[in-house]
Amino acid sequence: MTAIQTPNGFNLDNSGQRVVVDPVTRIEGHMRCEVNVDAENIIRNAVSTGTMWRGLEVILKGRDPRDAWAFVQRICGVCTGTHALTSVRAVEDALNIQIPENANSIRNIMQLSLQIHDHLVHFYHLHALDWVNPVNALKADPKATSELQMQTGPRHPKSSPGYFRDVQNRLKKFVESGQLGPFKNGYWTNPAYLLPPEADLMAVTHYLEALDFQKEIMTTRTIFGGKDTHPNWLVGGVPCAINMDGDLAAGAPINMERLNYVAGVIDRTIDFVDNVYIPDIIAIGSFYKGWLYGGGLSGKSVLAYGDIPDRANDYSPGNLMMPSGAIINGNLQEVHPVDLRDPEQVQEFVPHSWYSYPDESKGLHPWDGITEPNYKLGPNTIGTSTNIQQLDESAKYSWIKAPRWRGHAMEVGPLARYVVGYAQGHAEIKEQVDSTLQALNVPLSALFSTLGRTAARALEAQWAARKQKYFFQKLIANIKAGDSSTANTEKFDPSTWPKEVKGVGFTEAPRGALAHWVRIKNTKIDNYQCVVPTTWNGSPRDNNGNIGAFEASLMNTKVERAEEPVEILRTIHSFDPCLACSTHVMGPDGEELANVKVR
Amino acid sequence: MMTAPPSVLIMGIGNLLWADEGFGVRAVEELHRHYAFPENVRLVDGGTQGIYLVQHIREADILIVFDAVDYGLPSGTLKLVEGAEVPKFLGVKKVSLHQTGFQEVLAMAEMLGDYPRHLLLIGVQPVELDDYGGSLRPQVKAQILPAIAAALSFLKEHGVNAHRRTAPLREDATISTPETIMSEYETGRPPETDALRSGDARLLADGRWHGPADYEAEVERILSDVAERS
Repeated sequence: MTAIQTPNGFNLDNSGQRVVVDPVTRIEGHMRCEVNVDAENIIRNAVSTGTMWRGLEVILKGRDPRDAWAFVQRICGVCTGTHALTSVRAVEDALNIQIPENANSIRNIMQLSLQIHDHLVHFYHLHALDWVNPVNALKADPKATSELQMQTGPRHPKSSPGYFRDVQNRLKKFVESGQLGPFKNGYWTNPAYLLPPEADLMAVTHYLEALDFQKEIMTTRTIFGGKDTHPNWLVGGVPCAINMDGDLAAGAPINMERLNYVAGVIDRTIDFVDNVYIPDIIAIGSFYKGWLYGGGLSGKSVLAYGDIPDRANDYSPGNLMMPSGAIINGNLQEVHPVDLRDPEQVQEFVPHSWYSYPDESKGLHPWDGITEPNYKLGPNTIGTSTNIQQLDESAKYSWIKAPRWRGHAMEVGPLARYVVGYAQGHAEIKEQVDSTLQALNVPLSALFSTLGRTAARALEAQWAARKQKYFFQKLIANIKAGDSSTANTEKFDPSTWPKEVKGVGFTEAPRGALAHWVRIKNTKIDNYQCVVPTTWNGSPRDNNGNIGAFEASLMNTKVERAEEPVEILRTIHSFDPCLACSTHVMGPDGEELANVKVR
Repeated sequence: MMTAPPSVLIMGIGNLLWADEGFGVRAVEELHRHYAFPENVRLVDGGTQGIYLVQHIREADILIVFDAVDYGLPSGTLKLVEGAEVPKFLGVKKVSLHQTGFQEVLAMAEMLGDYPRHLLLIGVQPVELDDYGGSLRPQVKAQILPAIAAALSFLKEHGVNAHRRTAPLREDATISTPETIMSEYETGRPPETDALRSGDARLLADGRWHGPADYEAEVERILSDVAERS
């Protein structure tokens, strides 16, 4: 191949220099990107591959479905609660278990807490350094930084020149000690960084403040989940009992004192997001609004399953407060309903994935999913079978299957949710998006970009912080009305279950639409399939040659320095991929030019 | 005048679904089964929670971390690394699947001005990681008790005494999740014919996963680099 056009509208040309960005850790599967850049250093072909088999679900075969949540929450370190929630919903769907209203409110508060926590930590501690240069912050004038702070986030109390000077001194000491710590391995001399030193110092300061503040967000899940680091979940409800008059002994149920603590956390979270996170996005965005690469599929094909049911046990779109629906071919006038049970809608394809199907021209619905490995490299692969320098994307090239919605490659995540919500006229989302576009003085088209993805995540955190308060008030009102029920154990005993059932559970994970499909036979798990957000976004080509969301988002981006692909990292990070990665950057001859870390 | 007892954190990190990667969590579970501690000591299953663990680190004066770490030593070797060596070593050479993450967590705690005064990493050289759904290999499992002994002696040096329980707790009285305790995790495992177990080394087999050939020399080199800079 030299030049082809994909059915989803991208012109691919792989004749230029190939740059390989290869993450290597495997907390949640590996990912590697290869791109071809032309003589102007513009990306003309992009290849995203999952380089490791992720046997997430198969280890659940034969296990008790009521325990599945505890295994799936170990899939990954950051989405723990979201996988657990999806799992208990799938099992409840299969067994037709109705959960109490209080359980629904508590689950929503926990899910929203995880959304906000993940968004905030992702932005400040993983993604901000794609936009912010901490080394440049050393050059800032603390007084000018203070003025910038008062101009952009006037309601944030920490704004004096002395405060910024202190932070700068701490940073200086840290850098001078030779230990850049989290800031090491950055491309700090790259011209892709556009912020003035004052904005860099303000953002680094908030990096530290957010690091301190995030501990509070976690406490909500610790209280309702009954323990630290890996909260408990329960098929049929939530494992915490409510006893408003109870004391605070260890293992005691939820009481008024704990609820008051949660109320305080919720209010402080709203303040932090409103007065720090959102103003930072506007401030940083104002310097990068000329850099609107990375839109990819976001203006074409986006998918959301929806989440946060207002009333318990009703997962229909009208009852879900987070939008659900599919947009295809860039037609924002029409939002299609999504049905995860329909065998024609969500399907996984494998012509470019290292698996075999009896007929690879067809996709399979997750309930009928087959996972038979078939590792075969294309004829144009460069390297050896044990050390691949360049993949052949015309053949099989990824351990990730290609999920498609009615045959379309889709982007999922905060931006997808916000595009769907905006297209549906969701009042809160529309108001947030319009006011952000106005503050930055950019048109709606600017939303479909890497920056738009990063902004949508912040807006969603702001929305979620308010919805936490809504469900908290709902919970209190329901308890005051005399309902303290948190679990329905009617069908907890497997002897009450039918011989063979199947179910699907879905959530909106921080990084996008997530669903688990389960089949239960003779009280044990017979088949379990997860289609995770990073599978949608990181998918390879399909049977028709449609490229996936990561691949599409990299297309036509100008890279300042091919050996320092900060632009590639910036765009891939904007999806909040479920990967913690180190990267190797190789020149066209496969010689390693740099060894950097993808944060 | 009474001084407040130091805040002690004993944490196991790693992913228990990846065979010997589960060493850290299993070691701290086992420690909890056999020993009771005063209130100033906390035992935590850190899993792969990364940045979310920073608060726990910040609150600790004394930190002990159990983990599977690739030092390039013979499989199953126990390796103790103490104090300033821990993050400096971790930051320079990739040694574990999630350790870069954990090194950053330590650096973040330091940036916030809350670094543990005493730090001990109790690492074991894994035998097998590419066995999804698998449990600890015998050589690694056999290091749990020596690892616990090392932790107890370090604690004792710092004036913290554990109390051996007259009878060990039931396995499901774990600090981790009762659904994933080792015995049930092992016996409930589906057969290999049903559930693929291995990762794909072929794309990755270029040496990146091997630790330094000469571990001690590597440490010395790193420490002298640091000394030169300062």
